[in-house]
Amino acid sequence: MQRTILDRLNGDRAADRAVALVTALTNGAQALVYADGAAAGDALPGAVADEARAALRADKSQQVEVGGETWFVHVHNPPARMVIVGAVHITQALAGMAEAAGYSVIVCDPRRAFADAARFPAIEVSTEWPDDALNRLVPDHRTAVVTLTHDPKIDDPALEVAVRAPVFYIGALGSRRTHGKRLERLREKGFSDDELGRIHAPIGLAIGARSPAEIAVSIMAEVTQVRRQPPGGNAT
Amino acid sequence: MSSQQVAQEDILGTAARWRDEGKDVALATVIATWGSSPRPVGSQLVADGDGRFEGSVSGGCIEGAVIEEARKVMGSGAPSVLEFGVSNEQAWEVGLACGGTVRVLVEKVE
Repeated sequence: MQRTILDRLNGDRAADRAVALVTALTNGAQALVYADGAAAGDALPGAVADEARAALRADKSQQVEVGGETWFVHVHNPPARMVIVGAVHITQALAGMAEAAGYSVIVCDPRRAFADAARFPAIEVSTEWPDDALNRLVPDHRTAVVTLTHDPKIDDPALEVAVRAPVFYIGALGSRRTHGKRLERLREKGFSDDELGRIHAPIGLAIGARSPAEIAVSIMAEVTQVRRQPPGGNAT
Repeated sequence: MSSQQVAQEDILGTAARWRDEGKDVALATVIATWGSSPRPVGSQLVADGDGRFEGSVSGGCIEGAVIEEARKVMGSGAPSVLEFGVSNEQAWEVGLACGGTVRVLVEKVE
């Protein structure tokens, strides 16, 4: 690998810019390919660059064969994101777990007493209203949204944005009864059963979790399951 | 760089840092897997000429052989592709106890 390629790749990663590193297995020739069609490094056959852009979209590193030659396409996408609404006790455990699992974590709570950065060392904390925060963050197919406040004033606006965004996971804390009332409120606001059916509630895998950290484990496990074993098979 | 990338092992960042220290450096990358394998495609290990390494390309089964190859690649400058499978397990060779097969690209960082 040429040093210029390594430095440019590290720069792209630092800037959260999606890029694919393409390597010819025969001679080690290398190029960087971007989603918008730009490229840098050694010259690439057009068909290989096309494969690299497809791999970027699919978020899947893989070998590709073009014209009898094998290339390795290494996808470097920015980390998947988890937006956690509610800077509560469970969040203190969950935020760290999600970061360890490779997520970029944003904790959002308009209640300043909760959203105290000192309670979340090294985690991005926002005191915006959750709907404003989500609209700013533009949640995509590599984003998970988790609501943990128990407070409809705060959780509902987040869910209203999330169910109409292409996020891969939406989970809401609360008992079946709490969730039933939540669904009633959101239905009255015009949300469809298909939209509301995307919300995982009660949140987390049923593992008998009790403490905040155990509940965080059950949430992290469910998010992982949905991401890695989706019913349609399109894991990101 | 996001805090996540700092918190996690930053293999490519380490490769750059070790080069800056004037060391010979090679990168190993999992480029394909078949069957059960402990580390997914894209997993990386970085090694230097002094025997340091960071990251992993398996659960620890083949790292020794990969690092040995990395030293050769540091010398020759030519990339190489290694394949490890369960078939090696019976011999005094390296293989994957988990029963999978893994292909690893080893390249020098110039």
